[in-house]
Amino acid sequence: MRRNVLPGLRLSLGVTLLYVSLIVVLPLAALVFKAASLGLGDYWQIVSSPRALASYRVTVLAALGATLFNLVFGLALAWVLVRYRFPGRRIVDAMVDLPFALPTAVAGIALTALFTSNGVFGSILSDVGIKVAYTPLGIMIAMCFTSLPFIVRTVQPVLEDLDPALEEAAQSLGGSDGAIFRKVILPLLTPALLAGVSLSFARSLGEFGAIIFIAGNQPMSTEITALLIFIRLEEYDYQAAAAIASVLLLAAFLMLAVTNWLQARALRYTVRN
Amino acid sequence: MKIRLDHVVKTFQTFRAVKDVSLEIESGELVALLGPSGSGKTTILRMVAGLEFADGGHIYFGDQDATDIPVRDRGVGFVFQHYALFPHMTVAQNIAFGMEVSKVKREKAAIDARVDQLLHLVRLEGLGDRFPAQISGGQRQRVALARALAVDPKVLLLDEPFGALDANVRRELRRWLREIHTQLGITTLFVTHDQEEALDLADRVVILKDGHIVQQGTPEAVCRDPQSAFVMKFLGDANMLAAEVRDGMAYADGAVIEASGMADGKAELYARPVDLDWTPGGPGIAANVSRVMDRPDGRRVIATTQSGTHLELDVEPECAVKSGDIGFVTLRRAKVFAL
Amino acid sequence: MRAFRTGRTPPRVGDGPFFRRALIGAVLIVGAFLILAPLLIIGVEAFAKGWQVYRDTILHPDTRHAIMLTVLAALIAVPVNTAFGVAAAWAITKFDFRGKAFLLVVIEIPFSVSPIVAGVAYLFVYGLQGLFGPTLDAYGIKILFAIPGIVLASMFVTAPFVARELIPLMQAQGRDLEEAAASLGASGWRTFFSVTLPNIKWALLYGVVLCNARVMGEFGAVSVVSGNIRGQTNTLPLHIELLYHDYQAAGAFASASILALIAVFTIIAKVALERQGAGRVRQAANPAENAS
Repeated sequence: MRRNVLPGLRLSLGVTLLYVSLIVVLPLAALVFKAASLGLGDYWQIVSSPRALASYRVTVLAALGATLFNLVFGLALAWVLVRYRFPGRRIVDAMVDLPFALPTAVAGIALTALFTSNGVFGSILSDVGIKVAYTPLGIMIAMCFTSLPFIVRTVQPVLEDLDPALEEAAQSLGGSDGAIFRKVILPLLTPALLAGVSLSFARSLGEFGAIIFIAGNQPMSTEITALLIFIRLEEYDYQAAAAIASVLLLAAFLMLAVTNWLQARALRYTVRN
Repeated sequence: MKIRLDHVVKTFQTFRAVKDVSLEIESGELVALLGPSGSGKTTILRMVAGLEFADGGHIYFGDQDATDIPVRDRGVGFVFQHYALFPHMTVAQNIAFGMEVSKVKREKAAIDARVDQLLHLVRLEGLGDRFPAQISGGQRQRVALARALAVDPKVLLLDEPFGALDANVRRELRRWLREIHTQLGITTLFVTHDQEEALDLADRVVILKDGHIVQQGTPEAVCRDPQSAFVMKFLGDANMLAAEVRDGMAYADGAVIEASGMADGKAELYARPVDLDWTPGGPGIAANVSRVMDRPDGRRVIATTQSGTHLELDVEPECAVKSGDIGFVTLRRAKVFAL
Repeated sequence: MRAFRTGRTPPRVGDGPFFRRALIGAVLIVGAFLILAPLLIIGVEAFAKGWQVYRDTILHPDTRHAIMLTVLAALIAVPVNTAFGVAAAWAITKFDFRGKAFLLVVIEIPFSVSPIVAGVAYLFVYGLQGLFGPTLDAYGIKILFAIPGIVLASMFVTAPFVARELIPLMQAQGRDLEEAAASLGASGWRTFFSVTLPNIKWALLYGVVLCNARVMGEFGAVSVVSGNIRGQTNTLPLHIELLYHDYQAAGAFASASILALIAVFTIIAKVALERQGAGRVRQAANPAENAS
């Protein structure tokens, strides 16, 4: 190990550890502690109650749908931004960050206004028999909105830095556009796509503000897990809130582990010239 | 396959990279495009490949006008400067890529057999399952060559093929590429900025400067008879002396050399270090020795003439000369170029 | 000889004119529906009942109080968070110690945790049924359902914002400059302010801007710990919800328009800072490209 000549280790590391402990670790530990104070039987009963299961189901399915949509749309958007030049490209590029910058509650009421049956989009969709607001589809659209930037922003830099010579080499070997995309470009984007997917999915699982306005919030059908936690709190059922929150926390840690694993795996192919 | 470039022009934005280049490469020939950076050599190679389109002129493959044929239909094998191996594919998958995406469908077994054959050709048997990240630079270079050869190209094009390798590997690969060329007889064009590489390897060397051809010929022809000061300097160390031509003779600082056929007037005289000798007593160019550098195969003397020109000359190891000596530089041979 | 056609390049993958136009068109249409439309509808709905209602909503004491509270939360949370981000980046990039990788993961945790979970977690620290709640209550200290709770919850959700901008950049810049300054006898603070800070100022500002946007807009975590007391512990996002559920849609959108405006300014600031080079190292440090 190299000798440190720079000052400030004690101060900076001390501040960091104190802050991380107080702000991040302590509350999460308190939550886990509270959930653990339930007996295993009680805990299991709460987290596997029909209403909780239904909330997991709608949350996970909507998150999967939203992530899948964003996988396709995010990749297309990143491709268009990196590979093509057209008027307004910079504005589109900047607008991709709107879902990150716009508060979720604002996004929630805006999407609801658009998609209720008398909204701009909702009225057209209800004419063809599609109901969005107050249905799982609405939840999915809110998730699409809030997690859109993840995939675009993870894929974009990789696509930008893709060595043009790889594509030229594939062309010189006679590959068609489709074959080159499938066999060369897509595999090289896959680690970034997967990282974006896991971030996008994790965000969708935990999203609250953007969803509750558009979701309808009917138990057993359009009630997401985050909302169920909130409702248990309002009912002063703190143990149930802690138990269900611990499930979401576990899911978050799982996604974090998956993301980190994907990042490590992505290094496998790297060539140093 | 014979290649012919006919008045080819290429401009990038406002920079004219290639200016009216015409060139013929005979079938089976191994030709080097040699020039400093910015001379347009890589652009020419990429136009032959179809990786760039010419702005003017024509490129013929045999009798066919290939100017506008895109790279995927041109039937060339291209070896990239940094190899451009697909990092997510094994060595074998890299080599098989061209056969797998080809419009001509091949049996899996036929592809595997061809991959084995190519691995043998490039002496990489047993490395088929490695990823590019797991092999050395020289090995990657050979994989890149095998991959390019797998599609049975009509022409093989190499961009600075040994540029990224260290000196020992370069020399070995150079010899080996020459062998492969002899074995396959494929028309080959490669780009280099290293004159030694071009002279060692090529049947013919095309020297470029600022987007046009300044001289072309066999290594012997360009070495023995450089036709411009640029080529003289670019091919190796050269001393320059201001000279004056009178009646078919060039005079420079007391040295005289034949310059038959040249018009009278100011000129430049160029001589390589080995073309100069040192004598303590004249006649010759009076100079004093400012430094002597010893090398395994001789001694290099740096001498300053009375007009202040520094000359570098290579003398025999036995020559007893030391810094501070005063004497004369004699010319064994030299080239004289009019200004 | 053929006429010059300067700048002709062979087609890259996906450069076919039809494919290209179709893809750009499709992306722009979906993007307009999904991203642009929500922004526009906020403006439309905010003024749906006319300028007077808009003005009344914005000037209403409850709205003004919510704005004040939001600004106050940002004024406390953002500087504290910035100080933490700088300290964390300094410790992580200038020194080697065991557990560094783990610390990095812990700092990033708030990104993955649902804001509701964060809020609930704070409840179990400072709430009456939590670890310190009873003790704090005994001394009459109010953290939850008051400003401290809002600030703490905001700090949790934005903890990684500044650190994650600085760490990759300072990692890439190495320690040479600081070590040179130290070898010339500069003190630690002097080294930081005259050597490190000038090199990271844009990235720092970038992190601050994003952190601020998130603090001002945070909804889930704050709604758990604030208690939603009108005119007292309502931040602007909570105020929007309140108005919305009170069937004052125009008022809700009027309040939302303030936050939407902040979001637009955040994006403009982000683009401007990216032109200065901020945000790039993080992108280049993307897993698929990071090879060192």
